[in-house]
Amino acid sequence: MSDIHTSHDGASHGSYKSYTIGLVLSIVLTLIAFGVVMTGSFSLPVMMVTVVVTAVIQVLVQLVLFMHLNTKAEGGWNVISFVFTIGILTLIVGGSLWIMHNIHVNMMLG
Amino acid sequence: MFGKLSLDSIPYHEPIIMVTAAVIGIVGALVLGLITYYRKWGYLWTEWVTSIDHKKIGVMYFLVALVMLIRGFADAIMMRSQQAIAAGGAEGFLPPHHYDQIFTAHGVIMIFFVAMPMVIGLMNLVVPLQIGARDVAFPFMNNLSFWLFAAGMILVNVSLVVGEFAKTGWLAYAPLSELQYSPDVGVDYWIWALQLSGIGTTLTGINFFVTILKMRTQGMTLFRMPIFTWTALCTNVLIILSFPILTATIAMLTLDRYLGMHFFTNDMGGSQMMYVNLIWAWGHPEVYILILPAFGVFSEVIATFTKKRLFGYKTMVWATAAITVLSFIVWLHHFFTMGAGANVNAFFGIMTMIIAIPTGVKIFNWLFTMYRGRIQFTTPVLWTIGFIITFTLGGMTGVMLAVPGANFVLHNSLFVIAHFHNVIIGGVVFGMMAGLSYWFPKAFGFTLSEKWGKRSFWCWLIGFYMAFMPLYALSFFGAMRRMQSYEQSEWQPLMIVAWVGAVIIAAGIACMVIQLIVSIRDREKNRDLTGDPWDGRTLEWSTSSPPPNYNFAYLPKVDSIDSYWEMKQQPGGFKRELATKFEDVHMPKNTAEGPIMSLFSLFFGFALIWHIWWLVGLGAIGMFVTFMFRIFNKDTDYHVSAAEVEETEREYHKRLEMQA
Repeated sequence: MSDIHTSHDGASHGSYKSYTIGLVLSIVLTLIAFGVVMTGSFSLPVMMVTVVVTAVIQVLVQLVLFMHLNTKAEGGWNVISFVFTIGILTLIVGGSLWIMHNIHVNMMLG
Repeated sequence: MFGKLSLDSIPYHEPIIMVTAAVIGIVGALVLGLITYYRKWGYLWTEWVTSIDHKKIGVMYFLVALVMLIRGFADAIMMRSQQAIAAGGAEGFLPPHHYDQIFTAHGVIMIFFVAMPMVIGLMNLVVPLQIGARDVAFPFMNNLSFWLFAAGMILVNVSLVVGEFAKTGWLAYAPLSELQYSPDVGVDYWIWALQLSGIGTTLTGINFFVTILKMRTQGMTLFRMPIFTWTALCTNVLIILSFPILTATIAMLTLDRYLGMHFFTNDMGGSQMMYVNLIWAWGHPEVYILILPAFGVFSEVIATFTKKRLFGYKTMVWATAAITVLSFIVWLHHFFTMGAGANVNAFFGIMTMIIAIPTGVKIFNWLFTMYRGRIQFTTPVLWTIGFIITFTLGGMTGVMLAVPGANFVLHNSLFVIAHFHNVIIGGVVFGMMAGLSYWFPKAFGFTLSEKWGKRSFWCWLIGFYMAFMPLYALSFFGAMRRMQSYEQSEWQPLMIVAWVGAVIIAAGIACMVIQLIVSIRDREKNRDLTGDPWDGRTLEWSTSSPPPNYNFAYLPKVDSIDSYWEMKQQPGGFKRELATKFEDVHMPKNTAEGPIMSLFSLFFGFALIWHIWWLVGLGAIGMFVTFMFRIFNKDTDYHVSAAEVEETEREYHKRLEMQA
């Protein structure tokens, strides 16, 4: 815990290499997503799955390589906060969808 | 030129409002006159308004909260009086449109402008001292938070005299709050008052979250933090995660009202149920934002005045963390009757009941701390014991409400009113009163009168039971909330009992005011020279009262829970020795940018309410320019010189020797 108190507490600032890898990966993932849609030779489910999967991977790439999300920096606090926030968001968004859908069905609106 | 605003907007025909306005005007003029007479404007400006000292900001929050408590209570006693009179066809003295504004204002004021500033005020005063820090992480932002909150508070009070306040209930349920049903400015006042103060609260949440994580002194690991700091940390997590939901929901309502959109309207596919869903997704965490720091206060008070380490420190921390998470999974219990099916209702009912378990853990921790302790029955301890009993009762009625079947009978009845006052008065108010008398000497350097504090406590306790137990009973006879009048004259006796209860609470508030006056009068007699009047356990008591603006000449080192207490137990005890060598202390500078930005935000909000578009522009530009000015201002910090630190510390030690 001692590393938390100092002002220069090991917050990661990335390197030339990590930014380059991030940039290349981002471009490649974007090209894949665009390519799948623009060639028009894939079925709709395949296109949707590919776009979503490449989008999620790209989010992770940017979080790790550009936003420096890793377990070592800041005593792991930024990862804990991030995971906790995602968890709560899932609860609220998922819960809201569940509630509103349930109300929709029960009140025979549709 | 002035949008919808004209001289007709002032309700001349309402004698109650006009008399209130006159009283406020006279008292206000008197206060301003006195400040001018004693030439205190400069002092106020440099020492308070522009101050970034967390202790002073905390005091200002608490002061505003106490004033607003009186405003909110005035609403309460008017409602109680109305219901005591308006039985069996009588109309009472408040017409419906006025009565509706009063119950809305009462709720909004008590939650946003009394309970919240008390909680945030205590956090400001105590948290940096408890973790051995010299200030918060973002001192300018802290000042800005306070003044944004103050701007929201001013808007609510302006609505009393200029125009009107919302008639929708404190959460402004759509579609009632939409333009179609509330075309007047009341809801707009509600919107902008809450947006301004809400942004202030969000900034505070971020500020204290970072402060607690990054600015703890050497050796203060997470599991050595005082419980109050733990509860403050969890409260700030809740603020950061939940307040954006409130901001976004109100923003959507704003778009509906100002730009003709249809998020929550009746027609064009708007969903009122989504409004209710979203507002409670914020609203439920909000009640835990209020109660967790109160739990923290009780933990500190009980440990200090029983002279024992808190029983089950770790379980207390984990119970707090469990409540933090669970508070996000229960919001549907506010609208069981909205039409969701059995699965949804059962899930949220059970989750709600589960929260009783960590809360129960806490109750037992406090009881076991008292068990075989040497309890000193000081005012904070009385508040704490009153809390344990009252809050347990309120918790049990809460579990009753969590049963979906029972909830269909109790929904919107006085049972709900009795329940949440039971937990908010018995929990938050008692907690903040305990915190006030416990930490007051730290802020001001003298203790509060015990005699008047105890009188205040007994009035509040008895008054609370007399005011709210009848409401439980009435709800079983079918009495609903927010009744301006009722046919059933057989309800009237219990309504009168409740009114008497409210009068006793008024006596409790009067005792608090007298307590402050008497204590200030006798301050020389009740001086706290050591800085540790209660033989405390945590770091805030290791510095002087009031602490110097840099808090600690040397940052303390910590190696256990209750480390200050452990230092005192060492052979030879803790000595407040004067250091031999001092060093410069790096501190943030006072700044006028916070109050100026907030003043522009006040213009901005007021102009939007009345559709005065040129003033909207002026306010927005003013805020932006001031903010830019702040960003490019490099002159934001300074060093308190070692000589000055030494002088301050010598002064303190001279006082210590005088006492010895």
